[in-house]
Amino acid sequence: MTSAIHDIGYRHYDGPRLGRGYVRRSLYLHNLRAAWGLGRPARSKVLPFLLAAIVLLPALGSVAIAVATKMPGELIRYSAYAIYLQVVVAIFLATQAPVLASRDLRFHVVPLYFSRPVGHLDFVLAKLGAMATALFVLLAAPVITLYIGSLIAKTPDRGTQALEAAGALVGCAVFALVLASLGLVIAAFTARRGLGVAAVIAFYMISTAFVSMLQGIAEARTNFTLVGWLGLLSPFNLVDIVQVRLLGAELTALGAPSGIGGGLAALAICVAIVALAIPILGRRYRKAGLS
Amino acid sequence: MNSTIAMITFRAMLGRRRAVLLFLLPGALLVLALLLRVTGTADLDISANVLQALGVATLLPLLALIAGTGVIGPEIDDGQIMYVLTTPVPRRTVIITKFVVALVLVVGFAVVPVTLAGLILTGTTAGVVPAYAVAMLAGAVAYTAVFTALAVASRNAVAIGLIYALVWEALLASFAPAAGTVSVQQWSLSIADALTGASQIDSSVSLPLSLTLLATVTVAGVLLAITRLRSLTVASAD
Repeated sequence: MTSAIHDIGYRHYDGPRLGRGYVRRSLYLHNLRAAWGLGRPARSKVLPFLLAAIVLLPALGSVAIAVATKMPGELIRYSAYAIYLQVVVAIFLATQAPVLASRDLRFHVVPLYFSRPVGHLDFVLAKLGAMATALFVLLAAPVITLYIGSLIAKTPDRGTQALEAAGALVGCAVFALVLASLGLVIAAFTARRGLGVAAVIAFYMISTAFVSMLQGIAEARTNFTLVGWLGLLSPFNLVDIVQVRLLGAELTALGAPSGIGGGLAALAICVAIVALAIPILGRRYRKAGLS
Repeated sequence: MNSTIAMITFRAMLGRRRAVLLFLLPGALLVLALLLRVTGTADLDISANVLQALGVATLLPLLALIAGTGVIGPEIDDGQIMYVLTTPVPRRTVIITKFVVALVLVVGFAVVPVTLAGLILTGTTAGVVPAYAVAMLAGAVAYTAVFTALAVASRNAVAIGLIYALVWEALLASFAPAAGTVSVQQWSLSIADALTGASQIDSSVSLPLSLTLLATVTVAGVLLAITRLRSLTVASAD
């Protein structure tokens, strides 16, 4: 079984072996905690929790207004929330993705992980899963807050509300996966945290500003089909298309291609982003630190 | 100014991956400007909007953030700054050199490309582009000083700078105009406002106040950076 090259008489370990599943779980948990700064000095906790507070604040305000004025219509729409606060979400992604992706590279500890029974895939999936979970928590908390608010404010048609909130939660999961994939891939290309932050935010700003400008031009020329299809090129608009066409939400972003076809195209792009991110990250970490 | 430190900083900023970022951002703007020009959608309203939204509100603070923190942040982060600090170069000179390098980069990669984009879009109609150029130059000085000071003072400089530039200046200022008074963007816009009669540029702050504030912030930023560098402790990186 364990073929020994040298057996110089040390005592063998014959306790339980916890195996790959355990490694994967531990890595995932470790990365998830790191994404929120838990188990790290207070300095690292400030930013994620401050940003989470900023994200949650409008939801709380909206609930307070709706309850005080007894006008449930005042509540922010569930599916629109992530898009209204996209800048803050993007900053969260930009500051926390490098925490997961760049630190191991910078301190050259990746080979130490791979000297244990950790596959490249496990390592990458743990990081991706942890980042996506952290983002999902960030995005889902205000949606749940709004839903609780709608229950307190006694909104009519409970059924529709529950359905919309559930749809928005699925939307949050898609947001989380797509954003985490993009953020980690970009951040993994540099070992420097500051540069990683700047690179992720620059990607977000360029894609969003560029696409919204082009959409503005297309709209001015009344080419609304083009407005919709251009939306596929910016991350937040892309996921909103999935929400609108496949999850029955109202449109928040600038445009969406019409019909189920547009939604499926957007979903296909989302899946492609996640599916491509895994091998790219795997390649990046396989070679890291061995030179 | 110390030419050796300047050279090393330039090399670090323009080397490999950071340079990609520096070229990508203004490149995208220029491509967009050409696109608008070619499709013939570039009237004065749209052009002023593009210059304002992409140039003054996005590209300038973002580039100032990358350059201002990039010239000194990474060195402090990995402790390399010690090799500079243990030479008999005064801390004052170190900061001023880094500040000037950052400023040169911001002018080269933000002010010049945005001005170029403006020229592509409108030419010199109503003096809008020159006004923006002057305003951005003033803004670049203030932003760079602030972000350099931030990089010396905090390890989370990039994130704090982002929250300031994208949340405070962009979001909050549009909801609460009072917040607009404390905004480098509004101060520099007031210069552009004073320089051109075009109605597309509007600022909420008066010109003398903005000029004073811009100068104060710049000087305070550089001074703060110098004092912080005097008593810098290089702790273990997180």
